[in-house]
Amino acid sequence: MNLEHSQPLEYSTKQNDLNIFGFWVFLGAEIMLFATLFTSYFVLENRTGSGPAGAEIFEITPVLIETLLLLTSSFVIGLGIHAMRLGKTKAMITFFAITLLLGLGFLGFEIFEFVHYVHIGAGLQTSAFTASLLTTLGTHGAHVTFGLFWGTAIILQVKKRGLTPETANKSFIFSLYWHFLDVVWIFIFSFIYLKGMM
Amino acid sequence: MEFFERFAIPHPSPAIYASMVVIALTVIAIIAGLTYFKKWGYLWREWLTTVDHKRLGLMYIISAILMLFRGGVDAIMMRAQLATPDSKLLDAQHYNEIFTTHGVVMIMFMAMPFIFGFMNYIVPLQIGARDVAFPRLNAISFWLFFMGAMLFNISFVIGGSPDAGWTSYFPLAGTEFSESVGTNYYMIALQISGLGSLMTGINMITTILKMRAPGMTLMKMPMFTWSTLVANLIIVTVFPVLTVALAMGTMDRLFATNFFTSSNGGMDMLWANLFWVWGHPEVYILILPAFGLYSEIISTFSSKNLYGYTSMVASMVIISVLSCLVWAHHFFTMGQGAASNSFFSITTMAIAVPTGVKIFNWLFTMWKGKIRFTVPMLYSIGFIPLFTIGGVTGVMLAMSAADYQYHNTMFLVAHFHNTIIPGVVFAMLAGLTYYWPKMFGFMLNERIGKWTFWALSIGFVLAFFPMYITGLDGQARRMYTYSESTGFGPLNMLSFIGAGIMAIGFVLIVYNIYYSIRYAPRNIGSDPWDARTLEWATHTPVPEYNFAITPAVNSVEPFWDAKKKKHVLFPEPLKKIHMPNNSGMPFILSAIFFVWGFSFVFAIWPLVIIATLGIFACLASRSFENDHGRYISLEEVEETEEKLGGAKK
Repeated sequence: MNLEHSQPLEYSTKQNDLNIFGFWVFLGAEIMLFATLFTSYFVLENRTGSGPAGAEIFEITPVLIETLLLLTSSFVIGLGIHAMRLGKTKAMITFFAITLLLGLGFLGFEIFEFVHYVHIGAGLQTSAFTASLLTTLGTHGAHVTFGLFWGTAIILQVKKRGLTPETANKSFIFSLYWHFLDVVWIFIFSFIYLKGMM
Repeated sequence: MEFFERFAIPHPSPAIYASMVVIALTVIAIIAGLTYFKKWGYLWREWLTTVDHKRLGLMYIISAILMLFRGGVDAIMMRAQLATPDSKLLDAQHYNEIFTTHGVVMIMFMAMPFIFGFMNYIVPLQIGARDVAFPRLNAISFWLFFMGAMLFNISFVIGGSPDAGWTSYFPLAGTEFSESVGTNYYMIALQISGLGSLMTGINMITTILKMRAPGMTLMKMPMFTWSTLVANLIIVTVFPVLTVALAMGTMDRLFATNFFTSSNGGMDMLWANLFWVWGHPEVYILILPAFGLYSEIISTFSSKNLYGYTSMVASMVIISVLSCLVWAHHFFTMGQGAASNSFFSITTMAIAVPTGVKIFNWLFTMWKGKIRFTVPMLYSIGFIPLFTIGGVTGVMLAMSAADYQYHNTMFLVAHFHNTIIPGVVFAMLAGLTYYWPKMFGFMLNERIGKWTFWALSIGFVLAFFPMYITGLDGQARRMYTYSESTGFGPLNMLSFIGAGIMAIGFVLIVYNIYYSIRYAPRNIGSDPWDARTLEWATHTPVPEYNFAITPAVNSVEPFWDAKKKKHVLFPEPLKKIHMPNNSGMPFILSAIFFVWGFSFVFAIWPLVIIATLGIFACLASRSFENDHGRYISLEEVEETEEKLGGAKK
């Protein structure tokens, strides 16, 4: 294996470099995916049919809690990558675990929120507005769910194999993914919830 | 019994039953053949599990040619139906299904894989790389495309084909007007193969930007590689839009949501917009690599370097940007108002400028060149005037005020076939003939190739130029018949004759392949066309590692310089070579995707859940797998090079 020691571990081989670059391109595609969802949401936002409008169903408390949980998790995974660069495997695993727990908490609140919407008559089939709202939130939520499994797999591998160029590379890419979900959430918070409540 | 009734064909006809029998016999023949010749192991080891970009490229091209014939049969049936007024050959329903599958198959499962095949085969060779950036992902891309294509193709024997047009406009494509599972097939099959396309996009961009041979700066890349880069940037930009649109369409059909319905706030025009935000750039995803191939071919057979390299690159980049700003010209008549129509009119016409630059560059490349009229060159020369006519009628269609006359008439059909056939199909055939010796070690017969070219060109003109006239006279597209008093009869008959001549051309291609396999000489060396770029600098057949020594690049045409200016292409000694391992996972994963898609189409939820778990199991096994690839030892490399006639210098 061709190790380059002037670079951080996650960049240390050619394949690692390719993986990170390729993942950035993938995130570009993800931006387009969410941009399309947001555009559709803005188009359908006021087309509520016989169902409720955003202002009638949005509640600030659970949304604020979700935001805090996810923003914190994004900070914590940053700490995890920092620990990884210092070679502190144990600290890194701890930070990653906290990240995933916070993500799990976020997901719990989001599921609770969805159940609530369905209860008050704002289900997937109610109107174009509810469909695009739940699809946009759901796509983000599905990404978080996928991230929970992915992150768990990475923690297990780091535990088993230690910090190798490969596990470091995977962890770093996972952190990119997690930060990205955080950024998307900021847009959801601002342009779906806050805008809808105004 | 009720469970099985859903798999029945809603509108059966003798033709469909006949094709069921043919499909069943073909499958039996393939299985029996593989068993009799004991080729299952070979098939699995060498092809189904391969991650080699060259083999994946070949499989793309083979699939594309098969799909070309499937879509071609649809086309012939349509022309036969329209050849005479008040024809009773097909009924309206059958005709609807045929024009829908013709469009989808030709764009998604013929043109796209044909281009992906060339990208896969050529690009790593042109940039002097061992493989693409993510060989395993590349295999997943191919198998996802393949399974998507198969899923789409079984629709007409299980459950019924889609019948809402390749654009699947809502509300027509909604459950109210399209009850059968056909449109589910459309949504799911395109979703699966679209996923594969997106992965190819990521793979190619990374490969081109990160794995070029030393010395090859961006502005020293061969033109086909440039066109691949630009096309894949468009893929990564617009395929996610299709993903979302298809997901919403699927939810409307299967979960009764209201994205595109006519009630509860749904908006059918949202589908049309999302579809064309993907759909228009999609045609540039097809045409730009075709332009790239023409650039390589025209330069080689004019024995000159490409004229205006920088402007070629710039015009492709400009086209890629503009391609994302023109989508609404597909529905000028659907009431979005004068201001936006004017905007989309102007952006559409603006695309003619960079395209014109490219046309002139090709002409100037030929100017005072020593032109060799080989088959690939004939296609390229035929392409220029024919494509220009298609471009000019495109500008006519771009005028939003005049479009009210052309919209959804045969004029439009003539226009886009006039760009896609001389543009994309000719490029694919030219590329196939041009790269055939690199792929297989012998050349296709030139004489039969020239007959093919003339059959296709004359057939094309006869088939499609009459449609301009009937279109202007008001013959609507997608109408399954017309009355005699319209006077469309004779011109449609002419179209049918043209389609028949084209069909002869396509059969000639198959005959040419057969003939050349039997009779073509095999000792043609590795550079039979006297070409200019790196893909010709390695051996034929290409060893699995492509280049034993990474080439050193000094200009746009390093191989030409090596031949004429004593440039040293391979300055380093032989070394051991790192290669990726084969894997069965891409095939298995994609096969599970097929099951997932099929059960989704028919809403068999337990099976959907099981397949989903299977997909995640594959992903998890990949995550935990410890695969560092393998090394080909120096001795093996030396041995292979010796067998191929000595290491290249």
